[in-house]
Amino acid sequence: MSTPADAFKPIAQRPPPVSNVGAVAWIRRNFFGGWLNTVLTLLVLALLALVVPPLFSWGVWHAVAAPDNAACRAAHEVGACWGVVAEKGRLILFGRYPFAEQWRPLSACVLLVALLVCSCLRPFWKVWLAPLWVLVLGLFYVLMRGGMLGLTPVETSNWGGLPLTLILSTVSLVVAFPLAVLVALGRRSNLPAIRTICVLYVELVRGVPLISVLFMASFMFPLFMPQGTTIDVLLRVLVGMTLFTAAYLAEVVRGGLQALPKGQVEAAQSLGLGYWQTQRKIVLPQALRIVVPSIVNTFIGAFKDTSLVTIVSLYDLTGALQLALGDADWRKFFLEGQLFVAAVYLVACLAMSQYSRWVERQLFTGTRRQ
Amino acid sequence: MAAPPTTRRWTWRSQAFRGVLYQVLALALIALAIGYLMHNTLENMRVRGIKSGFDFITQPAGFAIGESIVPFDSAESYGKAFLVGLSNTLRVAVIGIVAATVLGTLVGIGRLSSNLLVRSVSTAYVELLRNVPLLLQLFIWYFVLTEQLPPIEEALRPLPGLFFSKNGLQFAIPHWANGHWGTIAGAVLGLAGVWLWRRRVVARFERTGQPPRVLLPGLGIWLLCVLAGWVLGGMPAGLDIPEKTEISVVGGGAVTPEFLTVLLGLTAYTAAYIAEVVRAGIQSVAYGQHEAAAALGLSRGHELRLVQLPQALRVIIPPLTSQYLNLTKNSSLAVAVGYPDLVSIANTSLNQTGRAIECIALVMACYLTLSLLTSAAMNAYNRRSAIKER
Repeated sequence: MSTPADAFKPIAQRPPPVSNVGAVAWIRRNFFGGWLNTVLTLLVLALLALVVPPLFSWGVWHAVAAPDNAACRAAHEVGACWGVVAEKGRLILFGRYPFAEQWRPLSACVLLVALLVCSCLRPFWKVWLAPLWVLVLGLFYVLMRGGMLGLTPVETSNWGGLPLTLILSTVSLVVAFPLAVLVALGRRSNLPAIRTICVLYVELVRGVPLISVLFMASFMFPLFMPQGTTIDVLLRVLVGMTLFTAAYLAEVVRGGLQALPKGQVEAAQSLGLGYWQTQRKIVLPQALRIVVPSIVNTFIGAFKDTSLVTIVSLYDLTGALQLALGDADWRKFFLEGQLFVAAVYLVACLAMSQYSRWVERQLFTGTRRQ
Repeated sequence: MAAPPTTRRWTWRSQAFRGVLYQVLALALIALAIGYLMHNTLENMRVRGIKSGFDFITQPAGFAIGESIVPFDSAESYGKAFLVGLSNTLRVAVIGIVAATVLGTLVGIGRLSSNLLVRSVSTAYVELLRNVPLLLQLFIWYFVLTEQLPPIEEALRPLPGLFFSKNGLQFAIPHWANGHWGTIAGAVLGLAGVWLWRRRVVARFERTGQPPRVLLPGLGIWLLCVLAGWVLGGMPAGLDIPEKTEISVVGGGAVTPEFLTVLLGLTAYTAAYIAEVVRAGIQSVAYGQHEAAAALGLSRGHELRLVQLPQALRVIIPPLTSQYLNLTKNSSLAVAVGYPDLVSIANTSLNQTGRAIECIALVMACYLTLSLLTSAAMNAYNRRSAIKER
């Protein structure tokens, strides 16, 4: 079969103009499109040129990585002394916990982090996760507190560093969550007395800073207890933080409840479901799904807020750092220690926010477009 | 069709009865709990011999306050000390709010920039600052400001009349002279002038359709009035410039490193949150609004001012207010670096008098009042700016 001589033959495509493709055009589009853009690029470049080289020289080039005090002192003001992390790392991570027993907080932390990571993954979202939580939290307490299984007892006032930060944030969130759901439901209830109680609680707690709640936990809770009983300072602070976090979480959950169309509740009622059945099977699963990002934001906030317990003399990660670098030899290298602790928080918080994005994608597969 | 007769039967299983029952139970439980705690507290205080009551407010405080707007003497009362603490809190909060708004808006717009460099730097700023606890950031600022800066004898002098050292920041302030009343009067008259000008151009716009120009002419009018007031006041130009002596710097205005720490820490931290608020607000305006504005032939400036901003602000203002409140509440962390704010004063008073309940209640009442006032204003704004629907 032969093609006729006058058949339609498209001519070859011409390449796009040189000015629109390639590295040069990309750079022009991103950095030099218009005079404002050019000025901004130059400004930011100047700023980076001013900040980055000294930072690099201090943090990397002239830095001392070995825990060698003499070398660090020699390099002071010129280079960073990352050796301080190696030298004081255990004090920063475990606070005043007895040195010889520090395998216990270490394994307790590993257990708790493993539990947290597992709880985040889909294959573990099963019924047995709840007893697993109880088991691991119990183990954590036994490991840290001692006094049984042949472990020497360690007072909670000597707990510190990472395990304290982890347990404070985990327990206060786990307890605050159900409380928050109840308060959020109460705030939308038809019963005026219950609604008023919930509104009062949320507005009172949200109106005051966390520090004043912690002061209350530390100075006033002992007065609330019956004569002769003393409760542990860690427990008091935990109660204070839980009540505080619950108020903020309740507002987040209420946002989800409000976003749900009324038809859902009406449909449930017309099917003959009672109040609790409606909430448990229809309302909460949808409402909580909507507010996953805000819930994680509250979690991140609560995790960062655990640093405030330093002010009522509990030595979490931030407080343990103040303890660890108290001696005159290493006091000069506070900044390096602070940057190390900041990096720990940064990694944990970034991981949480990445996880929230992943969960959102997992939960919204049905309603997402694109 | 008549509505079906509604009967409310008071049986054990009726909804109305259960509603009343639950409420009575809840109230009784709470009353019991409060009664129990009160009883314990009174009992404990009796046994330990703790006095209660607010009578300590009028007693002399006996401690000095590092810095304050109004001078404070240790012989003055606890009540005055609390007021000084509150004024310190408000001082750092107000300046911090203004600074954080400016910085946060810039960074928030930067996160949406088409310039890759600006976008990355803004994103890095937000992620770094938001994910590290404020308390740790305050410690870092404090360490840098009190240990890494040169001592006062070798103070940095970035500008003439400006000293920056371990002892804080010293700067020049104008000497107070009677002539400054003229400047102040000029500023007030200038505001009135701007208002008159605006009324005139808006009236002309409605009559002729000529677009009103308010911003630049208004600024010009105001500056002219201020200048005229200053000239009429006799041009007072005396400046109180800090002088360097052998061991210190005297004269001028000064702020302590503690104040700087709290201010810088709060500003940098809150600005990261405000940046996210601003970004979300700008992104919330649908792209169709831009197209519609372009179709109407609005210029870029008019589009921003008349179409984009009013809609973005409706989304921005409520979370922005809660950021302002957060900043104010976070200023209580000042106690960690020794800035004498409300909480710090209350803490000292608590340790001296032993009146824990009263001191903590005072602090909570102050913050609560601030919060409730702000949320009342916020609700009023929301009612005004909410989309008017059927």
